[in-house]
Amino acid sequence: MGSTLRIVNGRVYDPANDVDGKTRDICIKDGKIVKSVPPKTKCIDAKGMVVMPGGVDIHCHIAGAKANIARKLQPDDHRRDVHHRLDLKKVNTRSGTGGTVPSTFTTGYRYATMGYTTAMEAAVPPLLARHTLDEFDDTPVIDKGFYILMGNNVLLYQMLQEGRHEEIRNAVAWWLNATKSYTTKLVNPGGDEPWKGHRNATITQLNDKIDGYEQLTPRKIITSMVNTVEDLGLPHPVHIHCNNLGHSGNYKTTLETMKATGGRRIHITHIQFHSYGGKPNENPTSKAPQIAEYINNNPNITADVGQVMFGRSTSMTADAPLAWMLTRYSNDKRWVNADTECESGCGIIPFAYQEQVYTHALQWAIGLELFLLSKDPWRMVLSTDHPNGGTFTSYPRLIRTLMDREFRKQQMDSVNQKAVAKIKRGHHMEREYTLQEIAIVTRAGPARILGLKNKGHLGPGADADITIYDEHEDKELMFSAPRYVLKSGHLIIDNHEFRNNHEGKILHVAPGYDEGIKDVIRPFVEDFYTIKFDNYAVSDHYIPRHEVVPTAKQ
Amino acid sequence: MAETMTLIPGRTTKQGVGLLESKFKKQYRDATTTVEINVEDMARLGLKDGCKVRLRSANGVTTVKCTGRKTEDLPTGVLFIAYGPPTSKLMGTDTGASGMPLSKHLEVELERVN
Amino acid sequence: MGAATEAKSEANIKTVENATCTFCGCLCDDMVLTVDMDAKKITKAKNACVLGKALFLSHEEEDRPFALIDGKPATLKEGVEEAAQILANARFPMFYGMSDTTCEAQRQNVALVDMVGGTIDSTTSVCHGPTGMALQGVGESTATLGEIKNRADLVIYWGGNPAESLPRHFARYAVTAKGMYTPNRKKDRTIVNVDVRRTKSVPVADIFIQVKIGADFELLWALRALVKGRHVDPNIEKRTGVSLETMKDLVERMKNCRYGVLFFGMGLSMTRGRHFNSAAILSLASDLNEYTHFIATPMRGHGNVTGADIVVSWQTGYPFGVNFSRGYPKFNPGEFTATDMFARGDADAGLILASDPGSNFTQAAIDHMKKIPMIVLDPKLTHTAKLARVAFTTSHYGINTGGTAYRSDGVPIELRPCLDSKYPSDEEVIRAIYKRVEQLLKTRKKTKGTNNKRRKAA
Repeated sequence: MGSTLRIVNGRVYDPANDVDGKTRDICIKDGKIVKSVPPKTKCIDAKGMVVMPGGVDIHCHIAGAKANIARKLQPDDHRRDVHHRLDLKKVNTRSGTGGTVPSTFTTGYRYATMGYTTAMEAAVPPLLARHTLDEFDDTPVIDKGFYILMGNNVLLYQMLQEGRHEEIRNAVAWWLNATKSYTTKLVNPGGDEPWKGHRNATITQLNDKIDGYEQLTPRKIITSMVNTVEDLGLPHPVHIHCNNLGHSGNYKTTLETMKATGGRRIHITHIQFHSYGGKPNENPTSKAPQIAEYINNNPNITADVGQVMFGRSTSMTADAPLAWMLTRYSNDKRWVNADTECESGCGIIPFAYQEQVYTHALQWAIGLELFLLSKDPWRMVLSTDHPNGGTFTSYPRLIRTLMDREFRKQQMDSVNQKAVAKIKRGHHMEREYTLQEIAIVTRAGPARILGLKNKGHLGPGADADITIYDEHEDKELMFSAPRYVLKSGHLIIDNHEFRNNHEGKILHVAPGYDEGIKDVIRPFVEDFYTIKFDNYAVSDHYIPRHEVVPTAKQ
Repeated sequence: MAETMTLIPGRTTKQGVGLLESKFKKQYRDATTTVEINVEDMARLGLKDGCKVRLRSANGVTTVKCTGRKTEDLPTGVLFIAYGPPTSKLMGTDTGASGMPLSKHLEVELERVN
Repeated sequence: MGAATEAKSEANIKTVENATCTFCGCLCDDMVLTVDMDAKKITKAKNACVLGKALFLSHEEEDRPFALIDGKPATLKEGVEEAAQILANARFPMFYGMSDTTCEAQRQNVALVDMVGGTIDSTTSVCHGPTGMALQGVGESTATLGEIKNRADLVIYWGGNPAESLPRHFARYAVTAKGMYTPNRKKDRTIVNVDVRRTKSVPVADIFIQVKIGADFELLWALRALVKGRHVDPNIEKRTGVSLETMKDLVERMKNCRYGVLFFGMGLSMTRGRHFNSAAILSLASDLNEYTHFIATPMRGHGNVTGADIVVSWQTGYPFGVNFSRGYPKFNPGEFTATDMFARGDADAGLILASDPGSNFTQAAIDHMKKIPMIVLDPKLTHTAKLARVAFTTSHYGINTGGTAYRSDGVPIELRPCLDSKYPSDEEVIRAIYKRVEQLLKTRKKTKGTNNKRRKAA
C-alpha cells in the first residue's frame, strides 16, 4: 500500500465536502485519505499550489476491440507522437505511441500525468469484455471501469417483445456480472437491426418499429432499461447515446428521450452532439439553450458535454450508421465497420475538426454554450467523448476556455463567424468557471454521477487519488502539468517527474440475480452466438486487482 | 529438358496432421515433398506418380516426387505442394517492403530426375 | 460455471468440456476431451476436426531436457541465464513468432523487446500482415463470425482453402451453419469460390470462378468498377480468365444480397500485389455498403496469430514489424519484419517464440539464423530449435497452459487446459528471462542502445 503522507499548505478544492480554496492539510495512510497522521509524517509542501481530488473521466474510448482497430488503423497518427520509455535505472516504464488513440501504456501514463486517476471506457460489447479487461491490465496507474452495450441486444429484444420484464432484469444483472462491467450503455437503441439486417437502413424516431421486432421501438428499449437499472439499484444509471446523433434537428429526439424516463435517472452522454436544431439534411443550428434548460429543471438528468476540440480526432462509436454517414464529411476515407454478433455494431473514421468549417465551429460553440448555460455543474460534466470530439489531452485547453473569457473570446473571433452568429448572446457568454466549478465538472461531479463514493473528493475514506497543481494564470499550462499526482497514496508524479509505476484496479458492479436465468440465456447463446455459453463469462483471471462497487440493494 | 511452371505452396490437412505428430516424421515429410502436377503435363514429360522431379527457382532447388491431378482441378503449367522446408528453399527474399516474401505462384523450372 | 466433470473410475479418466482447440483460426471452443490422467494422454476429442483430433490425440508428455544449450541438455535456470546474456548484449535482436502461444506470453514477450530495445514481429507478417497494411490504407468492413452465421446469404471464399486449413469453417460459421435468419442452412445461402485451382473447398460452392494466376487484383478492381457502374474494357477477360458476364452476374448478386461476406486467404496476401490485393478486396466490400450490408474478413491459419496482432497493436500502436531501438515503437514493414531482418543479416540475435521459421522462412533468412545466437521456445523439437543456441521445451498452450487466445474475428476465448506438464509455460520462461535481463541492464555501465560517441558539430 502507499506511504503515510501529509500534504500541507495547499489550497484545497473539495466541493463534495464544501471546501472551496481553504488552506488545509490532507492526510494519507494505506492508500486512503484519513483524518490524521502522526506528527513526524513525511510532508509534501504544497505552498502556492492547488490541491484537488484526482480527475475522473466519465466517458472515453480507450480500451477494447473498437479502440484497438482504431489504433491499428492509424500508424500515421502514432508516428508524430511517440512516447519514450524512461531510464530503466530510475523507473521501469513501457514505451508507446500517442495521437488520438494512444497505445494502452501511454494512455495510462498520460492520464496520470494530467492528474486524472479514474477513467471509464464507455462502450463495450459484452462478448468482447475480455478484450477490454486485457487492455485495462496494460493501462497503468488509473482505476478503470466500462459500460456494456445493451441497447441492441437481440436476446433482450426477444424478452422485451414478449414482455418478460423479470427475466430482463435477471439477464441484465447476469450480463453485468459475467463481464465485470459498471453499467448498461445504450447506443442508438434499435439502430443495429436495420443497419445489419436491412441493407444499412437506420432508425430515426423513438417510436419507429424495429426491424424484425414489431412490438419494439427505441422508446420501449430505453424505458425498459431505465427501469431495469433502477430496479437493480446500480450506482450509475443507464448511460445513453441518443438516437440521431449528429443530425440536424436531433434536439427533439434528445428531449423526447429525457422525457421518456418518467422522472427516473438517466445519463445523457456527449450531449453536445445531440443539441442541434435545423431541418434534416440542412445545416444545423444550436438548441443548446433548450437542452440546458431542460437539464437545469430536471434533477433526474445528468450529462457530459462531449466538447469538440479543433484538430485531429477519431470518430469511433457503436453507432455504426453514424460512422457511415460521417464518411461523407471526412477527408480521410478509411472507414471501419465492425459488427458484433447479437449485440452491437461499431463504426470508425478518422476525422478533424476545423475552425473554418461552419458545422465544426458550431459544434464547438454549442459545447461551450452547454457549459456556460448550465446552472448545476454537478450534472453537466466535462468530456470530449475522447477521441470523438477531441483527445483527453485537450482537457487542459478546454478548462482554460471555460475559466478565461478573454481566451474564449479570442477563439470565438477566429472561428467560422456564420456559426458563431447562430449562438445565443447573453450574460452566460461572459461566465468564467471558478476553480471550484472546474473541480466539480472534472472530479466531484463525475464521481457523484457514477456513484463512486470514494472518488472525486478528499474527505476521510476517499481513495488517496490527489492532484496538486502549481497555480498559473495560464490555466491550460496549469492543468496540463500538475506538480504532484498521487494514486492510492503512491506518488506517481513527483515534482513533474514520473516516479513510480502503479497498477490501478477495475471498478465493477455485481448485482444479485436469479441463477435460473442462465437456463434462458444458455440456449440462445448456443444457437445464435458462436461460442459456448460456459465460455462466455469472464473469469477472475481478468480482474487481478478489482473492487466491487455495491448497488443500492447491497 | 526443363519446363517452366508456376508452383503454388499451400496448406493441406495431411500436412497439418503430420506436423502435429512431428515435422521429422513420415507423414509431414511426405506431404511437403509431394508435388501435384497436371496429368497432361505429366504425360507430356513422361512422368508417372511417384517419379522424382527437380524444382529450380531463381533462389534455390529442391527434389520432390510427383502425383497427378486432372485438368479441371489443376490447370496445365501449375503445380501445387504443401509448404515446408523444401518450398522454403525456393522462395525469394524480396518482400517488396511488405514483410511478406512471395510465397505462392513461384516460377520454377521442372525437370525430371532419373 | 464449471465445465470439467470428474468421472471417477479405476482408470482415472477425466472429461473436460468446452475446451478450445488452438490449431487453426477457427478456435473451436466446443471440444469435449476424454483425458487419461495416468497415461497423460487425451484419448478422445469429440467435435474436433481431423486437425483438432491430431492436435489432441498426438499430444504426449515429452521426455526432453528443459533446455538445450548448443545442443547439450541444460537446466531451465542455465538456459535462462544464457538467453538473458545473449539478449542483454545484443545490439539488434529480432523477436519473432508468437502465433501458437497465449496472449499472456505474447504480452510478456513484447515487454521484453521494449526493455532491450529490440524488434518484434509475429507470424502475421507472413500471413495477413499485408491485410493489416491494407487496413491502414483503406479501412475495412468486418463482423464477428456469429453475425455471418445468422445473417449472411451470400458467402464468397477468395484465395483460400478452408476445407483443408480451417476444416470446421463451413459447418460452424458460414455454409451449413444454422443461424437466426438462415434456418435452412445452405439453402438460405449462395456460396461462391474464387481461386486459381479447384481446391477441396470448391465442391460446397454454388459458383466456382477460376481466375488466372496473378490476376486477382485486376479481377477485384474490375468488380469494384462494375459495382460503381463504370465501364470495364472487355480485354479484362483475357487478363483474368473470367468473362465479363460472370463478373456482372457476381456483382448483381453482391449488390442484391441482404448480407454479403468475402472471406479471403493467402491466395491474396501471399501473391503478386500482397497488400494491394488485400486492399482491393477490403475496398470492394466497403464499396458495396452503398447498396447493402457487406463485410470482408481474412481467414487466419494459426490459433492465436490474431492474438499476436491484437496484443502488439494495443501495446505499441502497430500490429507487427515494430522496432524499439530508439526507446519508442517504430513501424516499418520491410525494414523491421522478420523475413527481411534475417535475410538481410541485420539481426545479431534472435528469440523465436512458438513458431518455426527454421522450416518456413527463405533460405537466406535460415542461413543467417544459423550464424547468430538464437533462443527458441517451443513444446516440440522444431527445425528452428535444432539451429538454436538455447532451446527451451515449454508446455502446450490450450492443453497444459491456460490463458487467452483470440479467434480470427477478434473474439477472445479463455483456454481450458486439461493436463499438467512438468515443463514451464512460455510465459513463465519469458518472465524469467525478463527478470534476469532487467538485472543485467540495471547494473551495466553504459546505457543500452545509445550511441555513446558524441558527434562533432557539422
